[in-house]
Amino acid sequence: MKFIQTVAVVLAIGWLAACSSTGDKKGGDAAVVEDRSSEAGVDTAYGEATASAVGGYSDLTIDSLTDPNSPVSQRVIYFEYDSSEVTEQDREFVAAHAAILAANPNLKVSIEGHADERGSREYNIGLGEKRSQSVRRMMEFQGVLASQMTTVSYGEEKASVEGHDESAWSMNRRVELVYVAY
Amino acid sequence: MKIIYTTLLGVCLYLPGLIQAALTIEITQGVEGAVPIAVVPFDKANNRYPPPQDIAGIIAADLARSGRFAPVPEQNLIAQPVESGQVRFQDWRTLGVENLVIGKVETVADNEYRIQFRLFDVLRGRQITGYSMPAKSEQLRYVAHRISDIIYEKLTGEPGAFATHIAYVVSDSKNGKKEYQLQLADSDGYNPKTLLTSRQPLMSPSWSPDGRQLAYVSFEKNGRAAIFVQAIHTGKRQEIVSFQGINGAPSWSPDGRSMVVTLSRDGNPEIYSLRLSDKKLKRLTSGAAIDTEPVWSPDGSNIVFTSDRGGSPQLYRMPAQGGRAQRITFEGNYNASADFSADGKSLALVHGQGGQYQIAVLDLDNRLLRVVSDGRLDESPSFAPNGSMIIYATETGHRGVLAAVSSDGRFRQQFSLREGNVREPVWSPFADRK
Repeated sequence: MKFIQTVAVVLAIGWLAACSSTGDKKGGDAAVVEDRSSEAGVDTAYGEATASAVGGYSDLTIDSLTDPNSPVSQRVIYFEYDSSEVTEQDREFVAAHAAILAANPNLKVSIEGHADERGSREYNIGLGEKRSQSVRRMMEFQGVLASQMTTVSYGEEKASVEGHDESAWSMNRRVELVYVAY
Repeated sequence: MKIIYTTLLGVCLYLPGLIQAALTIEITQGVEGAVPIAVVPFDKANNRYPPPQDIAGIIAADLARSGRFAPVPEQNLIAQPVESGQVRFQDWRTLGVENLVIGKVETVADNEYRIQFRLFDVLRGRQITGYSMPAKSEQLRYVAHRISDIIYEKLTGEPGAFATHIAYVVSDSKNGKKEYQLQLADSDGYNPKTLLTSRQPLMSPSWSPDGRQLAYVSFEKNGRAAIFVQAIHTGKRQEIVSFQGINGAPSWSPDGRSMVVTLSRDGNPEIYSLRLSDKKLKRLTSGAAIDTEPVWSPDGSNIVFTSDRGGSPQLYRMPAQGGRAQRITFEGNYNASADFSADGKSLALVHGQGGQYQIAVLDLDNRLLRVVSDGRLDESPSFAPNGSMIIYATETGHRGVLAAVSSDGRFRQQFSLREGNVREPVWSPFADRK
């Protein structure tokens, strides 16, 4: 039952993320989900529209995490000032990682939230926490188990770029996904 | 609940004097309205073992830093009397000073001294007070600060806060790796001592009301935040809370039996009170906002905290047992990091406006907000225990440094560290004075 729910959710998100799809309303393809968790490529027998909705994730495996050409080799997303909302273009990033985690329940990830240096350190811990919780909730909604994820906030304490201007600050307002042993 | 004592590789406990990165003071702003005072260099009688400290220099620097006094530079002193009989008040009146301090340091034995001082009212031509105190070498600075306290109290009617301490966090890069230290120093930045060293971040130090312990946040356990309490004189430490998520912003109750902290164990940063005897928790806030940085009012009745429930971080006040919170800051789009003055009448805070973050003082009675610093990224204000000064963190030349400002904003001074970045200063309470 959970698989079908997961498929429905992934398809719904895939539909929202796709810019101009019209025909990918064909859902409920349990066979495609099974393909996703195996090494096989996309099964086009179910129609191009369906494949394109899920296609971005069906060929993702644990090995993709270390493949520099794969979308999941990227581990960081960035945020607007004082915001913990995942931006539109980062939703696919979250979905791709969620797909791998959901397909591999033994895989664990630490979702680490950060903020830029301006203002109070403890408030920035809070901001980092909201950002990591945002990503965690999105992933949980996409079928990742709560036991697979931990969140931690470093606030402004672990800047990725040292500097006192917006070019540095924008690089520090981020969430990093750190996979725990894979 | 089990109390966990942890010792870690790389955690050094209370190593006096090993860290030589002393804080030095640069005076960045003078003040009008400061009372002229002459502090004459103390005579060093019996020079067989000359004392290693310039007692008069320490006193003059203390009084200047308070913003209330303007010590006459040594080269302008018209005379250097040592005994009362040598003082000619008429000359000092001509110089324009209202008060005069003279003294001497006698060497009693190797490493043992006796310090005498006298404070005079120049206008009335008589002595106000005088004391004689013994001191070993390592106590000379402390005794000088005690003399500053006595002079300050006699002339202003308020207790001095010079013989007190500050604690703060230093971060530095050693061989490409970050290192963090929790340090303790005299209120003028001298005699730094390291209380804790860690490879992971340290944050949010907070003094217990009796001045004997520091609570702080450490990420030493697998890079995750936990709150620790450490006894200053023994170095003994215990872990207080380490739930999933945030464990932060510890602040003590006035009776020292509880703390307020920020936890996100229920999924969102909220404020909890924590009874130290049995670790009983009570949640005090709720809702989707970030609620953090709780501080307990000195009379125990209220908690002030930072919340963005109104859209941006502002200060709110609620009863100490929880309940409806009222917003108390209305100017600027960012108000956070509140610290109570000891009399409970004012808050020092970080005030953000137009992209700049500066220290401000909020008078809780008339609700007036006065900005007292002028940096770009000022943070972490902490009141001296007599309410006369505020120490805070600022940056200069891309390094974190500490600064102090008189609470009326008129006199400001920077402390600079020779190495590393200094931040999150907290001023000890009076009880810490031995």
